[in-house]
Amino acid sequence: MIRTFSESEFLFIVASARWTLLLTLLSLLLGGLLGFIVALARTSQLAPLRMLAAGWIGMIQGIPVLMLLFLSYYGLSMGGVDMPPIVAASVSMAIYASAYLGEIWRGSIQSVAWQQWEASAALAMSRAQQYRYVILPQAVRIAVAPTVGFIVQLVKNTSIVSIIGVVELARAGNLVNNATFAPFKVFGTVAATYFIICWPISLLARRLEGRLNARRSG
Amino acid sequence: MPVVQVEGVRKSFGAVEVLKGIDLTVERGEVIAIIGRSGSGKSTLLRCINGLEGIQAGSIEVSGHKLDASGRGLRELRKDVGIVFQSYNLFPHLRVGENIMLAPRVVLGVGKAEARQRAEEALAEVGLAERFEAWPDNLSGGQQQRVAIARSLAMKPKVMLFDEVTSALDPELTGEVLATMERLAEHGMTMLLVTHEMAFARRVATQTIFMHQGKVWEVGPSERLFGAPQTPELRQFLGTGLK
Ligand SMILES: Nc1ncnc2c1ncn2[C@@H]1O[C@H](COP(=O)(O)OP(=O)(O)OP(=O)(O)O)[C@@H](O)[C@H]1O
Ligand SMILES: [Mg+2]
Repeated sequence: MIRTFSESEFLFIVASARWTLLLTLLSLLLGGLLGFIVALARTSQLAPLRMLAAGWIGMIQGIPVLMLLFLSYYGLSMGGVDMPPIVAASVSMAIYASAYLGEIWRGSIQSVAWQQWEASAALAMSRAQQYRYVILPQAVRIAVAPTVGFIVQLVKNTSIVSIIGVVELARAGNLVNNATFAPFKVFGTVAATYFIICWPISLLARRLEGRLNARRSG
Repeated sequence: MPVVQVEGVRKSFGAVEVLKGIDLTVERGEVIAIIGRSGSGKSTLLRCINGLEGIQAGSIEVSGHKLDASGRGLRELRKDVGIVFQSYNLFPHLRVGENIMLAPRVVLGVGKAEARQRAEEALAEVGLAERFEAWPDNLSGGQQQRVAIARSLAMKPKVMLFDEVTSALDPELTGEVLATMERLAEHGMTMLLVTHEMAFARRVATQTIFMHQGKVWEVGPSERLFGAPQTPELRQFLGTGLK
């Protein structure tokens, strides 16, 4: 029996965006933390750390997200770990994010002029102090735009986890469409919801970037 | 006890030996100019003295901190050695005052009020007291270089190293930076400066060192070194090297 696309269907789709948001948030927090460590390791003075981080980035970027998802979902459940799909989804998205954010932030750190390292070293700062007070504050400005670009990609890429049964935004749209056969209304709603999530992120980034740029010549 | 004592220092980049056994002593309050052709190792010597480059042999001692091939004691030594480069390298994300207060605060652990006082004094010393709140990007090259000098001074170093600090500046801005350095010398700062400003070296430096092919080729009181060069290399350098 075909249902009509009414208010309850609409609300079901919009409400399912909470999983998209939760997933994005979790993978961003976890992946951001891991990515930060990866970026620091990648710019370390210790060659083994650099190689390890480079290996991590290369490996994760070389594997489709879908495979990361299957590996953490089926792989871990076969290993006896019973994981709710949302956890497996978060873990795999976080791993994916760590490699890309790590690479973006490595680039940002390395694009700070090398003389800044030298000037701060000459003032007897330790490596940690150089990062904390001189290098990272400058790297952040460089990192804002590409980081936000990646976050927007991440929001949209979370749709992939519908495959292991998480009913997030895209999956909810699919379900409703199967019941109502109103693809324009259904996927219009889905698309608009994605847009409403992503738009403020880009907007915020532009404001932030403007603020950071204004601060040094204001 | 000398402020800087350099003994038998050798430094190579790969297979190329750039410093071939340097001996050098700087007494308190002395101003020593280092002159020489491009590539003779002047910058490398300064960079070795505050440990920005490691050395392969010999030893460097600055106010009791010894630096050898092992590289230990580096940070302690750097607290006593200020260095200013050709490019000013101010921290662009910090205001002028913050640029100067940062290292005293985080490296020396000085309190905020004292750091601020140090910064104000250092800025006054370089004649920029009123630019405390300015952003580095809004200053002229000469002003930025003077802030860089103030940033080093706020650490209260025992010796200041200057590596061609006026070379990137327009002629009209060179004068204000040289005047700042001259005032520092008058106030008793121990200084070691690499320069192409021969007239300045002759007038301000107590001693001048002529470096040639990685060696201290000739050294003596500036007046004698410029007035009566002993070696043909220095004679040739002064004949052609003057701008
Ligand atoms: N990081 C480095 N790696 C390899 N070679 C270097 C490095 N730094 C300096 N050199 C070489 O060491 C030699 C001495 O360089 P240095 O910069 O000390 O000369 P300088 O006397 O300061 O010259 P200039 O007047 O041009 O500044 C040069 O041949 C230079 O090419
Ligand atoms: Mg040089």
